[in-house]
Amino acid sequence: MADSQQQQRKIAAPPINPETQHFWDAAGQGKLLVKKCTACGEVHFYPRPHCPFCFSDKVEWQEASGRGTIYTYSVMRRAPVPYAIAYVTLAEGPTMMTNIVDCDLDGISIGQAVRLVFKPSEGGPPVPMFTPA
Amino acid sequence: MSIKGKAYVVGIHEHPTRLATDKTVPQLHAEVAQGALADAGLTKNDIDGYFCAAGDMAGLGQLSMVDYLGLKTRHIDSTDVGGSSYLLQVGHAAEAIALGKCSIALITLAGRPRAEGMATGTQPRAPERPMPESGFELPYAPATANMYAMAAMRHMHQYGTTSEQMAWVKVAASHHAQHNPHAMLRDVVTVDDVVNSPMIADPLHRLDCCVISDGGGAIIMATPEIAKSLKRPLVKVIGAGEAPKHQMGGKVDLTYSGAVWSGPLAFAEAGVKPADIKYASIYDSFTITVLMQIEDLGFCEKGQGGRFVSDGNLIAGVGRLPFNTDGGGLCNNHPSNRGGLTKVLEAVRQLRGEAHPAVQVKNCDVALAHGTGGSLGTRHAAATVIMERE
Repeated sequence: MADSQQQQRKIAAPPINPETQHFWDAAGQGKLLVKKCTACGEVHFYPRPHCPFCFSDKVEWQEASGRGTIYTYSVMRRAPVPYAIAYVTLAEGPTMMTNIVDCDLDGISIGQAVRLVFKPSEGGPPVPMFTPA
Repeated sequence: MSIKGKAYVVGIHEHPTRLATDKTVPQLHAEVAQGALADAGLTKNDIDGYFCAAGDMAGLGQLSMVDYLGLKTRHIDSTDVGGSSYLLQVGHAAEAIALGKCSIALITLAGRPRAEGMATGTQPRAPERPMPESGFELPYAPATANMYAMAAMRHMHQYGTTSEQMAWVKVAASHHAQHNPHAMLRDVVTVDDVVNSPMIADPLHRLDCCVISDGGGAIIMATPEIAKSLKRPLVKVIGAGEAPKHQMGGKVDLTYSGAVWSGPLAFAEAGVKPADIKYASIYDSFTITVLMQIEDLGFCEKGQGGRFVSDGNLIAGVGRLPFNTDGGGLCNNHPSNRGGLTKVLEAVRQLRGEAHPAVQVKNCDVALAHGTGGSLGTRHAAATVIMERE
């Protein structure tokens, strides 16, 4: 069954830097953060200290609801453990790269509702992934 | 100010090897440079501008190559955006020549991923140093194939594009490759062959993916005066455009490429329309890459690429838009995992009338070469070059 295999894929630890330390600290507490610009109101991802839309530095962290829908995906078959990579559009607006986990990889579809889960990485913080809601 | 007609392609060479076990990358650079100089009727000491993508060598690779080749130049450019680098470099070389910064420019590409056993499309690659997006991508194992696959999956969902339609791109390339003695894959394939080949990353099958090959190529460009003093057919650059596209802060849209911007820039500079293009080299890392770029360059309506590429419409002598008549990356070669330079080479052969007779386009006076470097699934640079036979 594909979902048990998913558990076996070694997940590379994300490189962490001063810009993203807070994001990964929050991930360790089971929270997915996005950045919201208080100057133009846009929410962006991946998070940066400057808004990529209006370039203001008046950006603040915001916790995402963890709800989203699959924008697109692909199951990598030619890998030691097949896995599903995807872009998920968050309820808050931005679309993020992720994996779809804990499910039958052949049952994934575009437009499917998903919810946030965290999976441990190799020697790093847990990383945000999604599973069918 | 325009580059139109200010720089000519006077020499080209494609390395015949597809597996360079016993050669080094610098050696391949030197061999293709030598080949292009011979084609142009020039010597190494004539070169005063050198273009070498940073990623084709480790470290400050271009400096090492200037040293290795023994060049004395007054203009260098190591622009690197992946596979389309060489298409941008043709535009940049034309700019440098138009401004008098150099008069004879050499562009080289070389690599040996096949000899090194690289799993180009399926192995996630971590950069030497983390990039700003790395923390938000590397844990999810983005390889090359699954990134383009996500673009294909969305295109299928949004426009009804089918695997069979994408397969026609490979079928057309294989029809051309049968005539190229250097091509890695010379067997003509069918739509069924493509869709029945093993799935790599849904919806892309093995035969939707380009080859992994060693080799390289070189281009020499020069001023109009120098070009007219040489004995080769006259091919000039009449337009160039380049445009990066990215994730747009999270407003991700994988259904189009940067060709929607680079194409119009090149067409406007050249003063021609898509309907004027007699032959097109279109970067074919995957079948979806071609289909999407054809739409974005305006050869058909957005979303109609699947219909456009079907039924042999890309096959020389059969369809409306003969493409990649050397077999392209899908069948011929993809040296250094970068297909931009060879796209220029086949367009120049077509304009010179030096393509294989079985695939030579009649009265080929205007040709386009276009590519995508980086990844359709994350960030990439599109570049379009339009050339004319004088």
